[in-house]
Parts: sequence; structure tokens; C-alpha cells
Amino acid sequence: MFKGKKVIALGERDGVPGPLIAECLEAAGAEVVFQKTECFV
Amino acid sequence: MTAYLRAAANVLVHVPDLVRYGSKPWRETSSSNQAPGDVFANLRSFDEAVGYPPNQAFIGNLPPENLGEIPAPWYENPLAGASPEGHFGEILPQDAFCALLEAADQFGLIMLDKERPVPGAVGSEAATALLKKENPSKEYGEEDISRRIEGGEALPLFQEGEIIGCVRRDHDSDESLDARILLENLSAKASGAYALSRLLMQERIAPEHVEYVISCSEEAVGDRYNRGGGNLAKTIAEMAGCANAAGVDVKSFCAAPVYALVHAAALIEAGVVENAVVVGGGSMAKLGMKAYFHLEKGMPVLEDALGGVAFLLTKNPDAGPRVNLEVAGRHAAGKPSTPQGLAEALVRDPLARAGRKIASVDKYAVELHNPEIMLPAGAGDVAAANYRMLAALAVMGGEIAREEIPDFVETHGMPGFAPTQGHIPAGVPFLGHALERMRAGSLRSTMVVAKGSLFLGRMSRQADGASVLIEG
Amino acid sequence: MDLENQAAIKSIADDIGSENLMVVLGMPGEGLRLAVETLTTGDPSWAGPLAGVSLGLPVFHILEETVRAEVPGDLYADKLLMMEMVLDLPQIESDLADMRAAG
Repeated sequence: MFKGKKVIALGERDGVPGPLIAECLEAAGAEVVFQKTECFV
Repeated sequence: MTAYLRAAANVLVHVPDLVRYGSKPWRETSSSNQAPGDVFANLRSFDEAVGYPPNQAFIGNLPPENLGEIPAPWYENPLAGASPEGHFGEILPQDAFCALLEAADQFGLIMLDKERPVPGAVGSEAATALLKKENPSKEYGEEDISRRIEGGEALPLFQEGEIIGCVRRDHDSDESLDARILLENLSAKASGAYALSRLLMQERIAPEHVEYVISCSEEAVGDRYNRGGGNLAKTIAEMAGCANAAGVDVKSFCAAPVYALVHAAALIEAGVVENAVVVGGGSMAKLGMKAYFHLEKGMPVLEDALGGVAFLLTKNPDAGPRVNLEVAGRHAAGKPSTPQGLAEALVRDPLARAGRKIASVDKYAVELHNPEIMLPAGAGDVAAANYRMLAALAVMGGEIAREEIPDFVETHGMPGFAPTQGHIPAGVPFLGHALERMRAGSLRSTMVVAKGSLFLGRMSRQADGASVLIEG
Repeated sequence: MDLENQAAIKSIADDIGSENLMVVLGMPGEGLRLAVETLTTGDPSWAGPLAGVSLGLPVFHILEETVRAEVPGDLYADKLLMMEMVLDLPQIESDLADMRAAG
């Protein structure tokens, strides 16, 4: 599903943060082109 | 030597006319040339802010747990007979805060119109004490004020839509001394000093008795060569009349208040000082942060108040519960910056080192953001998410079953009740409640857990956090 | 959704084309709904760079079945399993199903 795909990882501070989404997707073979963690506080 | 928590004070300053200078409203109104008056048609009156149940919980008149029994939306269900005077805090109206801003200013930055309507009485002993400690500053004429506003060197200060003065920049090419930045810093100073003054009044302590003040405020005080250089703590100590106190700032975004408690307790344990105050002033930048979501849903602008907190720690064992530095959590730079990584480092690990279970702590004071402010913006219920994470840790540790998560959250948690003021909601607003309950014998222990979004500064992708156990 | 993130994602989609790009989110609740809507049909608040822009990106949540099946098991168990308990996974999956059914 993710092999060779370009992916945007958009996480949240109190959910799953961006860097963790990116780590999981890279392990699944994706190329993470942008990652960010939103913070509302 | 051991450090004990003697007192806590929480204050709110209702500043509807400063919402326009919050970062989000300021950016929106500057880019669209829309008059702030049009954008913020739904600002609350002082009485509405006082009657708002979460605000009553913040100043100590309502147990936070009782919020769960008040029907939503809370802003439509004010507490009958609510008072701005609380068990361990108070709410100050804007006109009185204007006088505090002027008292906080030693450089002629706040220029108030001599013809402005002056409130008959400030109405707060704590605020009045601050006014007496500074010389009255020069008063200005309308022409002087409007000339500076029109010339672009000052921003107008309003009271109910009327210009009553201005705040001016102090350098024409140093953006760190820009009018809005200086207003932000003076707001943090004045609200922090107000919280400290309230703490001292509440406990009948002479300001001169305080030996050390640590500020956990977020503002970057300094000029262009040392933006963020700081020491808001010492300026707050000076304003509050703590002539014998040294001061220093401790910063780590929203985690700073807990670091500050730990540092203060450590200074006492080490015998450096006999008492220390932790103080946090309000964050003007966060006023109206999610206002557009609120307005879109027909809600009033709920981010209309600055928060302030102050805590007194002492070596006197009769004073209150112990700040137990043996159970203080820290999040190392090599740890994962995930909610799980933070919860493990801040709660599971320090308790395990002391041979204790997660469920052995009576109440956790996590980031106590008011969910009514957060949810409309899609920000989730921050307090509830934190409690569920602690419950999930207890599940992983075999302390409770997965089905018991809601019970754990109910027993060891509470609804969030603090305004979105960054560091202010960081667990510490519960300490006033905790002190009352510990003195009444209905609470044995509380662990304060705060987290900070380090990644917002673009220097690292890390988050941060700190925790400490307080027990009788 | 944060306006700067909207701008950044719009520029990436313009550069490499929506057809080669996917989005994986990590937030629950209303934030998830707002993000999905913003990245497919456009910013519902009409405040950001994606107002009126239908990127039509395929959007997933990191915890949903099809995505978590792709994450190596030990990594998932170590770092994501607990978030299932915290974020109410059944709710996330039903929210996504509703949004996808609504198109």
C-alpha cells in the first residue's frame, strides 16, 4: 500500500505525533515528504 | 531538609479589549483590514466571565469534578450567585488591570488618557496593593495619544470600545521592543505580580518574607540582542514588593510550571533558601486563539482572560503537603516524544523507581485545558486524553483491566477547567483544590504532570515534560 | 486545520501532483473530521489556502486497520498499540467510514 508512495504525515500533540507517523510509514516503505505535529494549546 | 507546599493562588484577568492583540486575532485583522469590533461581536461581559463555571473552578469556588454535573454548554449555564472572589483566587476586571499595566510600566510605555473614566475602586485587595507600590505615572492628553497611534508608534488601548490610552514602542527599529510585544510582556508581568500579590494576601505573608521567585511564564522578554533573555521573575518580585527575593525564569513551554516547582523544592531541600515562590503570568498571545471556531459555532469568545498562578513552598513541615522530589519524572532527550513516551517517563517510571503503582496516586493533575474551548477547534479533550493514557499505562502494567479504563479516568481524573493560556493549565491549577482537600483529609496524594510542545520553536522535533508527586 | 500546514500541503500537491500523494493523520475526533474535509474537498472554515481547493487526496488514519497492517508488528506493538486505547479506535474507524460514505 505504501511502498514507493509519497506520503504526508500530519499528527497531533495529544494524538499520534507527526514523527511517529513518519517512522511507521517509512518502515512500511513510504517516502515521507512532509511531517508536522499540530498543537492547539 | 524537605520542601512543603504551603499555598496556591489562581487568578484570572478578564480582558475582552485585549483579545484583538492575541496572536491569531491580530494576524487575521491585520491581513483582512477587518475592524476587530466586527470580528468580535460576541465578547463576554465581566459578569458572564465570573459566572462561567470553569472560571469558578479555577478560582476555587467549585470542585472541578462538579463541572461534569453542569449541563453543556457551560457558557449558557452560569453559576448562580458567582463571585469574583474565590477560595484561593480571584477574577479582575479589565479597568482595574489597566491600572496594573500602568503600575507595571517604568518606561512611559503605557500612556493613559487623563480624561478616561477611572473606576471608583479596584475592588481587589491584591491588585490595590500593587498600585501603592509604584509611583503614579504621568498622565497624557488625548492629542498626545492619538498622535502616537496615528503615527504608527503606538497601539490603542480600549475600554468598552473607547480609546482610553495607548501602549507605545520603545525603539523604531527593534522589533523586540515593538508596542505589541511590550504589551504582551507587561501583561505577563502585571498578571504574574497580581497572582503573587493574591498569594501573599491570602496567606497574610509580608512580601519581604519571600526569598526567591521563579517565573514559569512563556514570554520572551529582552531587546533585539537578547530576545528571551528574560528574568520576568525579578520584575514580578519587585512589583509585588518582595524586596528580599532574588528571581529567575524557568522555561520549557507548557511544562515550565512543574520544572519550576521541582527547582523551588530542590533549592529548599538543599538549604539554599527557606522559602520560594513559583509564579506564572498570563499569555496575551493566546487570547482568542480559537475564537474563529467559537464564533463559527455561535459561541462567545471564551479565550478572553489572562491566567496567573502562584505557589509558595517552604521548609516548614507544618505548612502543608510534602513536595516529594523522590517521585519527580523527567523526559530525557533520547526518549520518544509521543504521548506514550511522555507518560512512561513522567508517570510510570518515577513511580516504579519508588516501588509504587500508577493507581496508588489519588488524583492526577494533568494538562487541565477546558474542553469547551478545545473541542470546537478540533483539538480534542486534552485532559481526558491524558487520563486515558495513564489508564492505558495501568492496563499495560497489569494494574487494571482494559474495561476499567473509564473507572480509572473517573476516579483519578477530573474535567479540564483552565483557560487556554499555555503554561497555566499545566496541572498546577489543581494545587489549590489539592491543598484544601489534603487539609480536610479527603486527599492523600496528587501528581502534577505537564507537557511542553518543544517542536513549536523549530529547534527540535521533541516534546518535553515534567512531573512531581505532592502528598500529605 | 493550521493555515501554515494548509499552505505547505497545497504547495507539495502542486509540485508532485495529487495522484501520487497520500496523507496519513494522527488526530482523533473533530480534528480528524476537519483535516479529512480540508484535504479532500477544501477548508470548511474558508480561512486557509485550501479554501475552495479540492485536492481530493487519499486520507487515512495511522491506526485504522488497512494502515496498521502495513506497519511492522513490533513497531506497532511498541509505539502505537497504546494509542488505540487512548484515542478510541472504533470511533475513529466509524468516523472515517461515515466520511468516506458521504464522499
